[in-house]
Amino acid sequence: MHGKNQMIDVAVVDYGMGNLRSVEQALRKVSPCAKIVVSDDPEAVANARRVVFPGQGAMPDCMRELDARGLRSAVLEAARNKPFLGICIGLQMLFEHSAEGDVAGLGVLPGEVVRFASGMKDAQGNKLKVPHMGWNQVHQITHSPLSEREGAFALSPSGGKLDRGSDHPLWDGIAQDTRFYFVHSYYVQPQDGSLVQGNSDYPQPFVCAVAQDNLFAVQFHPEKSAAAGLKLLQNFINWNPV
Amino acid sequence: MLAKRIIPCLDVTAGRVVKGVSFVELRDAGDPVEIARRYDEQGADELTFLDITASSDDRGIIFRIIEQVASQVFIPLTVGGGVREVQDVRNLLNAGADKVSINTSAILNPQLVADAAGRYGSQCIVVAIDAKQAASGRWEVFTHGGRKATGLDAVAWAIKMQRLGAGEILLTSMDRDGQKNGFDLALTRAVTDALDIPVIASGGVGNLQHLADGVKLGGADAVLAASIFHFGEYTVQQAKEFMAQQGIEVRL
Repeated sequence: MHGKNQMIDVAVVDYGMGNLRSVEQALRKVSPCAKIVVSDDPEAVANARRVVFPGQGAMPDCMRELDARGLRSAVLEAARNKPFLGICIGLQMLFEHSAEGDVAGLGVLPGEVVRFASGMKDAQGNKLKVPHMGWNQVHQITHSPLSEREGAFALSPSGGKLDRGSDHPLWDGIAQDTRFYFVHSYYVQPQDGSLVQGNSDYPQPFVCAVAQDNLFAVQFHPEKSAAAGLKLLQNFINWNPV
Repeated sequence: MLAKRIIPCLDVTAGRVVKGVSFVELRDAGDPVEIARRYDEQGADELTFLDITASSDDRGIIFRIIEQVASQVFIPLTVGGGVREVQDVRNLLNAGADKVSINTSAILNPQLVADAAGRYGSQCIVVAIDAKQAASGRWEVFTHGGRKATGLDAVAWAIKMQRLGAGEILLTSMDRDGQKNGFDLALTRAVTDALDIPVIASGGVGNLQHLADGVKLGGADAVLAASIFHFGEYTVQQAKEFMAQQGIEVRL
């Protein structure tokens, strides 16, 4: 049997806010041999090679429960130093402040979390409901110098490139504007536009993916987004940021 | 743009998927795990399981089914039936459900909706409303598979459930359920226009035009159907292609 000190490949941070089983199941599906733990132990988070930071429910509760378990510093440390994937509230908590309950976040990334306006309508005049719930397209944003030559790509005989929205490794093999599953009422507004890795529309564009060095975080739920979501999780498992 | 969702519904009893007409005359449709996998392959946006088991002895079966489905199918799963207390919500979420649907218990104890939403978040609390037309433009909430009237107005009840923390409403017309003559579009429109949260239309789908009408005329955010998929009349993929042809945004 493996000892207690065996290296943890992926720690899913459990701060007592709801169900992390689907995240765990999806990670096991894409990486059957990895040692994956769902844990509220700061030491497990500290010792893991990679960290997944999910979340659901209300952000004030999430912040409170995170602190109640003494997980804040382990999560901050991981967000700065190892492959780190934030999901849903786990994305929102990385920012400085949320309008949900007027609460401070972890402040890893500068910016705010704000609510969708009420009374939004679609082009046919139907109400746009909040929460934003269901499958929406994710438009990948790239910031590499290559993106400035997008016209050159379009002319390129290697047609496959046309589908590529971004060259961030977490979008690898995922076509531009692929649909992912969302359920949320708040969204992030990063101060630094260069962090943005993906946008979606409801009905105005909002940021649904950000990245910084070893960190990637998404508003949608890859664990519930069928093949595209599993691909993103697999990309995370294979990701070795420098 | 956000896609309208197509949600196959699996009524489960004694470990089998069944389908009846207006909640009676049950007909066997197969193994729930196998059916769930098939719908996922066909591109279903979510799956809803309703545990219609009468006997409390069989209550454990749904947990094993959900566990098996959740380890193989990576789309949202809603589970309802027999949810009476916050502990039931927790047990279903732990088994792998993403959302839990509350029906009769919300009427007996509306605070359950508030407590469950407060504890686990509105995003995982669906309130199911079974409604029957009482007069033109007026619908009454029923329980016990449409047998017991509550005196509650369906639109007012839906608004109250939204206020208590429901994240979504699963709206079934008891007049239409199993009849295959289409959704009650007036009911769907009345409820969806009154709410800020998404509404799933249910009850009465007999063909693909009914699904499209639920969205275009009823204003539903999602459409739920059972028998048209279970007995091989249409695949989920065909339903989506049909809706796309009608100009409805779907995930293809």
